[in-house]
Amino acid sequence: MKIISFIVFGIVTFILILILNTTWVLPAPLGKLLSPQHGLWQNAEPLKQDYGAQLSFPQLNGKTTVYFDARLVPHIFAADENDAFFVQGYLHAKFRLWQMEFQIRAAAGRLSEVLGPLTINYDRDKRRLGMVYAAENSLKEIENDPETLAECNNYTAGVNAYIESLTESTLPVEYKLLGYYPEKWTNLKSALFMKYMALELAGYEDDFEMTNAKSVFSSADFDKIYPVVMDSLDPIVPKDSIFPKPAIQVRIPATADSLYFNNRDSTNLVAQKPDPDNGSNNWAVSGKKTKSGSPILCNDPHLGLNLPSIWYEMQISTPSYNVYGASFPGAPAVIIGFNDSCAWGFTNASRDVKDYYEIKFKDESRSEYWFDSTWQQTSFRIEQIKVKGQPDYFDTVAYTNIGPVMYDKSFSGGRNTFEKNYAVRWKAHDSSNELKIFTLLNKAKNYQDYLDAIKYLHTPGQNCIFASKSGDIAIWDQGKFPAKWYRQGDFVMPGTDSSYLWQGMIPQRENPHLVNPERGFVSSANQMPADTTYPYYLGGNFPPYRGWEINKRLAVMNEITPGDMMDLQTDNFNVFGEMALPVFVKNMQENKLSPQEKKYFSILKNWDYRNDPDSRGATLFVVAWDSLETTIWEDEFLKTGLKLPWPHESTLLDIINKYPDFSYFDDIRTPQKETLADEVTAAFQKAAAVIRKADEYGTMAWAKYKDTRVEHLARLDAFSRLHLPIGGGTNTINATKEQHGPSWRMIVSLTPETEAWGIYPGGESGNPGSRFYDNFVDNWSVGKYYHLWMMKTSDIQDQRVKWKMTFN
Amino acid sequence: MKFFIATLLILLFSFLACLYFPWWSIALITFTICLLIPQGHLASFFSGFLALFLLWGTLSLWISVSNGHILAHRVSLLILKTDSPYLLIIATALIGALVAGFAGLTASYLRKRSAEEINEL
Repeated sequence: MKIISFIVFGIVTFILILILNTTWVLPAPLGKLLSPQHGLWQNAEPLKQDYGAQLSFPQLNGKTTVYFDARLVPHIFAADENDAFFVQGYLHAKFRLWQMEFQIRAAAGRLSEVLGPLTINYDRDKRRLGMVYAAENSLKEIENDPETLAECNNYTAGVNAYIESLTESTLPVEYKLLGYYPEKWTNLKSALFMKYMALELAGYEDDFEMTNAKSVFSSADFDKIYPVVMDSLDPIVPKDSIFPKPAIQVRIPATADSLYFNNRDSTNLVAQKPDPDNGSNNWAVSGKKTKSGSPILCNDPHLGLNLPSIWYEMQISTPSYNVYGASFPGAPAVIIGFNDSCAWGFTNASRDVKDYYEIKFKDESRSEYWFDSTWQQTSFRIEQIKVKGQPDYFDTVAYTNIGPVMYDKSFSGGRNTFEKNYAVRWKAHDSSNELKIFTLLNKAKNYQDYLDAIKYLHTPGQNCIFASKSGDIAIWDQGKFPAKWYRQGDFVMPGTDSSYLWQGMIPQRENPHLVNPERGFVSSANQMPADTTYPYYLGGNFPPYRGWEINKRLAVMNEITPGDMMDLQTDNFNVFGEMALPVFVKNMQENKLSPQEKKYFSILKNWDYRNDPDSRGATLFVVAWDSLETTIWEDEFLKTGLKLPWPHESTLLDIINKYPDFSYFDDIRTPQKETLADEVTAAFQKAAAVIRKADEYGTMAWAKYKDTRVEHLARLDAFSRLHLPIGGGTNTINATKEQHGPSWRMIVSLTPETEAWGIYPGGESGNPGSRFYDNFVDNWSVGKYYHLWMMKTSDIQDQRVKWKMTFN
Repeated sequence: MKFFIATLLILLFSFLACLYFPWWSIALITFTICLLIPQGHLASFFSGFLALFLLWGTLSLWISVSNGHILAHRVSLLILKTDSPYLLIIATALIGALVAGFAGLTASYLRKRSAEEINEL
């Protein structure tokens, strides 16, 4: 009897342990996770955590000391330049390891390995786009440059030194939750991180949707709905600029009319795409416009708002240079920042450097494709996708001379296809060494150094802004951009004919730029870099309004202080609202409105054009405008049965102002003919119904309606910051949307003693159990800044130093 | 007295074992100690249960308090779907307690003498 009880309870105990140690029954191994000496509790950092340490690594050449200030920002003082990168890698890993690896997995199409079969299609998309292929090409270029290679080798060694020190209990909490372990870092992974950014910033296109639109709309309508230039454009390089004669004369293919422009083929493909609104602001004002007499440079790159943040703030000081700013966990050097001589920043150039070509294979084997009247050999790349809990998934991708065949019979991004094959030509596939820009910028002393540095930037193209203590201000719309003929690559192109390939790259000196202009400022906000007098086609996606507003403000500002710049950077004025509100006011048929709708209309009419957190007018305007777009476009668009690009808001406003009888105002689903006034009224009534609900739930105030959040990378709400009380939004300088916005706000006053301010919506630690995980978020929400401390060697006794870490 | 000593030893050795071995070493420790200090079935169960309830409860409470409950707020929301650090601490204590309790109970059936000890409880 006793022996049976013994066996029974023994088995019960054993099964209990199994259940608590695995995910067979429970969604998480709760015993392992909650064991106070192993699991999550070990990640609960004491509030009084001492970050000081004395570390020793054989790889180091000299002594490095890291001083942490009260915000846990490290100030690295290295006797040897290479050691500085080792320590940077070590600190990135110490505070952000899980994020670094997760981003690389996302870039390389390796998420299924840790998340399971749900992400196979996501992974295939990245494999077929050739993300790893692109990173490998980049790595070759890095290996040819001794300086960058040494930098990467030391960075990688630093990351790995930290990984080797990890134990089960010190693993970052996400590894414990998701149940996997970190891998060794490699230089390829840093290259992959740069491709992750390239995809984010230079991966947008709507070639398939545009091809569909071309197949259904008349060319007159098409040009109205998808114009190349918007009316409210104030380009980065002012409109009256004279451009030199172009070095490349692009030739439109002889068959362009029949095979391209008038080709009515459509597709059902929709690619997984980055956020088309990845935008940013930057500007620099010259000393003659500032109170101090020194230039001020400002930058706020708009990216997905995530925790841990894409940015990690730090100072790096070596005998040859001293730099402060925001770095990317995953890559060496400081990306956006300033040194003792100058400051720099970026906004996205948003040019179209990703085009699709239709490929004709000889047969099912995909081993030969038709090109310039001959059969050419494809090469194959076999992608092995590891899947958690399942056998590996193998995907064979064909490569042509154009690029990888991303979509074919076996992969359509999950949509129907006409069984066609599409190869992608993406500039990010070409070899380039973007890391070099940052190495050189970190050391730059003057305009010429800056110019030498940014020449290494090929993809993603950026508007590189610059200001120096010597008084120069400059902006270059920099990248290696294909020289395209008018509308080349806006639609899918024939892949059988070399005349459709990119014919060359625009020489760097011909990139739009502006240096020390008379007006005393340079700026960019993702608008078109130049108007149509620029000799090359500028295909891309260029929102005009933020740039318009920034230029208007800067033009009249004088005696500027850093405080003025903070006010501008966090300004909630909705310039589009100011331009578009008259559409409602002029066209509303007020007699058709109910008393409640009239009440809402009066709030809308009296709106001050500001997207402030408590504004009800802002919510009304945004909802009403969305409703107007839907009311006008939806009937015609739905009828096509195809996925089409949604026209820009600037387009609709331009059309309303220019063509009062535009035929799309009519709702084709009704027998009678609607006018603009009918549509405006109907749209407002629909909007009012939505607003009434929000009003009832108490979420009509703009910040509540918009509901901005900073989201954990694995989309865990418990590790995210939700419901932030922040205004702004699309078309305001403070471009904070639902989960997208100013990811690093920086203002640098280049006075003899540099003064700088900055903030990002996150915290220095990636550990959700640390008080430094999200401690900047609240201040960021309300538009506050931290004074950035460029520490000097003489400051080591300063009160602001809280912890000291030494590396020998 | 036996109960008190067994409980104390389980607590102490579980703590030490978990410094070097996986979390489930608490079951082996409890099993061994309940084998060496024979008690009744219920007493064995509860000396394991109590030891680990106290050990894991105190440890997680201590950690969480010095952390200002930052992590416990987030993790309780994630795992228990409710924002309650103390509930997470109790859950932690209970998990350790159950595993150790059953390990102790199992050991109690492997003793030679039985009748007297049952009465001892």
